[in-house]
Amino acid sequence: MMRTLIRGGRVVDPGNGRDGRFDVLVVDGAVAQVASAIPAEPGDAVVEAAGRFVVPGLVDPHCHLRDPGFEYREDIATGTAAAAAGGFTSVACMPNTNPVCDNAAVVEYIRSKARRVGVVNVYPIGAISRGLAGAELAEIGLMKEAGAVAVSDDGKPVASPDLMRKALQYAAGFGMPVVSHCEEPTLSAGGAMNEGRVSAVLGLRGIPATAEDAMTSRELLLAEYLGVPVHIAHVSTAGSIAMIRAAKARGVQVTCETCPHYFLLTDEACLGFDTMAKVNPPLRTAEDVAAVLAGIADGTVDMLATDHAPHHADEKDLEFALANSGIDGFETAFALSYDRLVGGGVVPLARFVELMSLAPARLLGIGRGTLSVGAPGDVTVFETGGPRTFRRAEMKSKSKNTPFDGWRMNARVVATVVGGTVAYRADAPAEGTA
Amino acid sequence: MLRSKDLLGMQELAPDEIVLILDSAATMKRVLESGNKKTAHLQGRSVVTLFYENSTRTRLSFEMASKFMGAASANISSSGSSVQKGESLLDTVRTIDRMATDVLVMRHPQSGAPHGIAPRVRASVVNAGDGMNEHPTQALLDLFTMRDRLGRLEGLEVAIVGDVLHSRVARSDLWALSKLGAHVRLAGPPTMMPRGLEGTGARICRTVDEALEGADVVMGLRVQLERQKSGLFPSIAEYARFFSISADRLARAKPGALVMHPGPCNHGVEMPTLVYDSPQSVIDEQVTNGVAVRMAVLYLLNARRNA
Repeated sequence: MMRTLIRGGRVVDPGNGRDGRFDVLVVDGAVAQVASAIPAEPGDAVVEAAGRFVVPGLVDPHCHLRDPGFEYREDIATGTAAAAAGGFTSVACMPNTNPVCDNAAVVEYIRSKARRVGVVNVYPIGAISRGLAGAELAEIGLMKEAGAVAVSDDGKPVASPDLMRKALQYAAGFGMPVVSHCEEPTLSAGGAMNEGRVSAVLGLRGIPATAEDAMTSRELLLAEYLGVPVHIAHVSTAGSIAMIRAAKARGVQVTCETCPHYFLLTDEACLGFDTMAKVNPPLRTAEDVAAVLAGIADGTVDMLATDHAPHHADEKDLEFALANSGIDGFETAFALSYDRLVGGGVVPLARFVELMSLAPARLLGIGRGTLSVGAPGDVTVFETGGPRTFRRAEMKSKSKNTPFDGWRMNARVVATVVGGTVAYRADAPAEGTA
Repeated sequence: MLRSKDLLGMQELAPDEIVLILDSAATMKRVLESGNKKTAHLQGRSVVTLFYENSTRTRLSFEMASKFMGAASANISSSGSSVQKGESLLDTVRTIDRMATDVLVMRHPQSGAPHGIAPRVRASVVNAGDGMNEHPTQALLDLFTMRDRLGRLEGLEVAIVGDVLHSRVARSDLWALSKLGAHVRLAGPPTMMPRGLEGTGARICRTVDEALEGADVVMGLRVQLERQKSGLFPSIAEYARFFSISADRLARAKPGALVMHPGPCNHGVEMPTLVYDSPQSVIDEQVTNGVAVRMAVLYLLNARRNA
């Protein structure tokens, strides 16, 4: 019997409406007891959490682990180590690998490699279309059988409304969420950043907010017409927030996520041609940031995602339009979002925890995101206070593409426990043996 | 004295630096007009031009300027160099830098390309055009020409007409003219007007007539005729009908208003030959002034390197 005791922390577990000082005992990988003053037994692994927060392990519904095919950017070992350092116990990885994750064999490969070398739970997201080519459906049912939790053509949006219609209909029959990266490709073609004042000043081709909104609108109309669910990925615009809010009000089965960079940064971060600020969808304007924050505050936004998108330095250290898009988000998403959303009074702590654990776990149907007795023993322990400076050089990810180098962070992950095993702990010892 | 080792764009230059360059160019123009064009300002110095796009005026005027001032000069194009072997811009530039290059004059199709490499080389980097972003020495020669002919820049009404969206010349002129108190009006096909320029001080005009009304300077911008294929305008004929600086439209400008064009010009599209060759046209003079301005830029950057 393997026991892990997380002792003395403030447990915030929105799924059970719990917020108070409790010990959490994980036995053989599952939550066994949440109670005051659980006595430690000899041999228990103990995580001291007094003065700290204890929450259900964070779940990232949208990341890129680059494995198979792009291991020079990231692989399942380094990616999950970075995720654990950022407080994540489960991550769902997008299918734009090489080969594309559009069949059961690649799903199996990712899961088996994750079991061997991963330190957090890895859930593959399969492709909507074979080869991400946008022409014919991938084997959604067979991928689900192999362990895929959703489908998405992330990064290569499904251009054909008819194919998206069929994907939504077919995937709904298997209970597979369809995650849509909304970007009307002819409106965004050639663009390197948000279209607006900053792109006009820099002489860079712009991607209008309308490119995102046009496809968000299409997905909402299809989901409404078909009576099936749809999940909108990384919402970045005021227009999409407004449309999703209105669709929810009339009963459309829509959920959505946003990423920290869409409420922490604007397109002004691109000034000076800083490719660390190049991401897709692009960083938008202050009005969009305000709308995204309002959407988080009023529940229009259901969850946060990192869109962790590692790229090799050589793919970022280029002329702006030629550089790859993407931000390495695992190691900053939780801490920076905590500071802005909880520290900044946008949402209460319990809702914040829900946005980063229970809500994405529900979307993906993975039975996590709570500290209910019997649930997997995934726990994140963090503390707040004493700001520290985030340093790119200290990142665990194989890639270091972040626009947040030098940012101050008040929240700090102390320990990440996956199925009762401590997958990460901060330098200061948070663990002992009773 | 210039404040930066590099000349990246008019956005980066302060008004007094612009005036310093224009004043120095006036001296250089006298050198050009004298019997002996040779000076010793750049003796023992090296200037390399690295062009990833075609150029006649800009490249030749930098090379002439270097030679007039006694620099050792060389040029590289993307064709016939390691660029064709897939060498990255940074590696190419570092190679040039390590050959004891003092000034690297660079043209590149990507906005921001020189900004990325300037901090990483010892040479002074001069932007000779980066994508749609800036073409600072063109703006300097445009300002020089306006000041030379009209005696001032402050308060001038400058109409810039054509493909503003893709034009680094329009951007550099807008930033430079605004800094020195001139007013810029922009006009062209609505598909070629960048979204977001409204808040930058330029007046966006609905028609070419509106832009030209009472203008002191009328500048045409080159239209790449291939752009018609991407749907930016329906046909050359329609462009010429509505967006050309015709003699009729030019009559709306102030009497004697200057006609300018950065070249190369599509005659009959941006403006008819009649206007191009009219007494109001200073297009040929712009070319001469371009050499003087580039001499001034090389001289001032070298002075800063010596300091």
